[in-house]
Amino acid sequence: MMFLRYAIYRFITMLLTLWAVSILIFVIINLPPGDYLSNQIAELRATGQAEGVAKAEFLRTEYALDRPIWEQYLIWVGMAPGPQGWYGLIQGNFGWSFEFDRPVSEIVGDALWLTVLVNLAAVLFVYMVALPLGVIAAAKSETWVDYSAAFVGYLGLATPNFLLALMLFYYGNKYFDLPIGGLMDPQFEGEPMSWEKVKSVLIHLIVPTFVIGTSGAAAMMQRLRANMLDELSKPYVETAKAKGLAPSKLLSKYPLRMAFNPFVADIGNLLPAMVSGSVLVSVVLGLQTIGPSLLTALKSQDQFLAGFILMFVALLTLIGTMISDLLLVLLDPRIRYGARGT
Amino acid sequence: MTPLLDVSDLSIGFGAAESVVRDVNFRVMPGETLALVGESGSGKTITCRSVLRILPEVAQIRSGSITFASPNGPTVDLMDISERAMRSIRGDQISMIFQEPMRSLSPLHRLGDQVSEVLKLHRDMTKRDAKAAVLETFDRVGFPDPLRVWRAYPFEMSGGMRQRAMIAMAMVAKPDLLIADEPTTALDVTTQAQVLGLIKDLQQDTGMAVILVTHDLGVVANMAESVVVMNKGRIMESGPAAAILGAPAHGYTKKLFAAAPAIPKVAEPARTERGTDHILEMHNVSKTFTMRSGGWSQPTIVTACHEVNLTLERGKTVAVVGESGSGKTTCARIALGAEVPDPGSDVIFRPSQDQDPIHINAMSPAERVAFQRQAQMVFQDPYSSLSPRMRIHQTMTEPMEIHDIGTRSERREKAEEMLRWVGLNSSMLSRYPHAFSGGQRQRLSIARALTLDPVLLVCDEPTSALDVSVQEQILSLLEDIRDRMGLSYLFISHDLAVVARIADEVAVMRQGVVVEQAAPDTLFYDPRHPYTRALIAAQPTPDINRPIDLNLVAKGAGSPASWPDEFRFEGVAAPALQELEPGHKVRCHV
Repeated sequence: MMFLRYAIYRFITMLLTLWAVSILIFVIINLPPGDYLSNQIAELRATGQAEGVAKAEFLRTEYALDRPIWEQYLIWVGMAPGPQGWYGLIQGNFGWSFEFDRPVSEIVGDALWLTVLVNLAAVLFVYMVALPLGVIAAAKSETWVDYSAAFVGYLGLATPNFLLALMLFYYGNKYFDLPIGGLMDPQFEGEPMSWEKVKSVLIHLIVPTFVIGTSGAAAMMQRLRANMLDELSKPYVETAKAKGLAPSKLLSKYPLRMAFNPFVADIGNLLPAMVSGSVLVSVVLGLQTIGPSLLTALKSQDQFLAGFILMFVALLTLIGTMISDLLLVLLDPRIRYGARGT
Repeated sequence: MTPLLDVSDLSIGFGAAESVVRDVNFRVMPGETLALVGESGSGKTITCRSVLRILPEVAQIRSGSITFASPNGPTVDLMDISERAMRSIRGDQISMIFQEPMRSLSPLHRLGDQVSEVLKLHRDMTKRDAKAAVLETFDRVGFPDPLRVWRAYPFEMSGGMRQRAMIAMAMVAKPDLLIADEPTTALDVTTQAQVLGLIKDLQQDTGMAVILVTHDLGVVANMAESVVVMNKGRIMESGPAAAILGAPAHGYTKKLFAAAPAIPKVAEPARTERGTDHILEMHNVSKTFTMRSGGWSQPTIVTACHEVNLTLERGKTVAVVGESGSGKTTCARIALGAEVPDPGSDVIFRPSQDQDPIHINAMSPAERVAFQRQAQMVFQDPYSSLSPRMRIHQTMTEPMEIHDIGTRSERREKAEEMLRWVGLNSSMLSRYPHAFSGGQRQRLSIARALTLDPVLLVCDEPTSALDVSVQEQILSLLEDIRDRMGLSYLFISHDLAVVARIADEVAVMRQGVVVEQAAPDTLFYDPRHPYTRALIAAQPTPDINRPIDLNLVAKGAGSPASWPDEFRFEGVAAPALQELEPGHKVRCHV
């Protein structure tokens, strides 16, 4: 009951944060002088294409770019009526991309889900690699196990992602016949979901997951190791030992539970780091995620596209932090009772 | 009779360094309590941990054997058996209680889970039987509602309750030997008395033997049948408790005895005239804190101290005594202006007899700077109150730099002079704090407080982090400095024995309220309030003929509802302090 209350409270604060973020995003996007259309109009004028100018002028009024910035914001979010009435983000209208001359929802469509997929796979990879390695490195600290785990980890941290990507593509293709680039075989693109398509996507995911995940896993592993080492010297570990617990059981029941908190709290930070970190990787690997579109959109001041993608990333982050907060409450009774005010 | 545990020729060392435990021999008979006594660094903790083989990894056992003759199993040498065999002994035949109940239990697991784990490991029991056994043990160690404890997390309980849970965990498998490593050092005196009583009771029920590791001869006198005194890794003296406590033979044991603080047995006190030159007056000082917690929950209000009145005469010492959470430190902080009391409170400070009084909670910035020169503080923990990155010279001259006093060389001279005052050598100025022992650090911290020539010193538990013999030296030093420099002390302590020695007036605080206030002689000769009586009764004395009277402790340390009618109250709605005779105030209805 008390958890449900906290979950609702947390959800509402998340929505409020998202709202604040939307203001911030809109302001930042509009910070550079001019917008996509005024740039285009200037360019058309310079080349003397009059009819283009008329269309651009029409789009300017159509998308309310001629209004004051705060009004533009309200219309974008859907908190004030625009030229098309109440029709903004809240109402499900993601806006128009000037660069691609198509609705934003059409452009990002599949890419959204592929982004979530790639990054979720990477996050899972991070946790699956970091958890055992971090624990082993701490339990066998200052032995060859620890040193080799640290070596692999630092190698992962130090290698530039795109370089790793290119290497993996070359050798993966040469020795394991892994596909190069893309997130699925070209024949499945735009096709409805099928078993074959899922299989193709999974095979294509291997290299990107590895590339995006390694540095995160290395950092996470080192953090978990440090937390574990801190916990291992605490008196309650000695108490457990004096009870006669075997080392492996002891490790997983007591210090690991304690070291888990920062580990869980990292979920929120991991998601945005991966999304923004994977932009370059996506470009190099030719992944159809929203990363490359974000890059183009920001370069050409395609404000609705950029705004939507940034909002999406922010949403992912906020959901990530919310999940980690809720998990922490479930995992750690001290937080649970603190929230209750005892 | 064969001994239950026979430790012979035990030597333990770290790395290539000299052994920290050397040629230690002792025996524990079944059902006996053996006290391992020593100051910090004596090797007593390492010795008792080697029995369970839970030493730090870098420690190595260099020689010796530990023979354990369990009545329910074969006789084994604990040094020789496999790790697996050792694990089956830990928690089952030999169990252990640790010093800090706050940190020795996992905060993330319910107590029921942590305690029943012992049975899960060592007994072939169904879950239901195990739970029943644990609940029975909880009941036995004095929890009124065992089921609630089963579900509770450690942080929901007070220190004494957690130590009870620890004891339940150690006792649940009915071990042959219990090792208690300073089990009550982190607890308040009244709680200590109750926990010691509990261990004794349990021992009588089950017939287990106990190794009690402690630095407190008072605890030894109350608990032990035989005593082993250790110093610097060697046994100084061992034998039956009555013999050693009655007539210590070794010089070191004698020294420990001389240093052990005790509440004096006093004859009827002489009246002392009270002066009128007050350096510090606290009138109706109250402080409440509002605790806010996250989410939508209501803030709770905590009363730290309630209508405290204290008067400190120039050149004298007023002590505030209380257990943890009694509000004594809040009082000290308010007296120093570090905390703003609730409206209606007034704290008056007179730098000298003929100067105008200053109201501490309404000081102008200039007055505040002047006040900070005149009132200084000595902190509890000498290990954390000196910056490890500053040389002593820097630490000592910093206060003078801040107040812009003297030239560089004058400051240095002053620092040297102060070091001599506290009995240290001026050549120590260029060292870092880590090169000093605990007692020396506390001397440094006193010297630092003195560099500004203060008139008022607030001492917040200045001796409680120190060994007894060092504690004695620091108290002498404080007395000596007070008399030579004409200082006045506001002295905060939890230890009546320490206060008995240094104070001219004592205020006993309980949960934010002063319950009794008198000169120490009056207080110890004729304590009136049940809580004061409990505090005095709970103080262990190093004399086997004066055991702790647990009844008296239980009566006074409980809730006000269990007190005699004239003292009873609820919450902070306490009766007023009544002056029963001149200079002796007690909170009671008349």
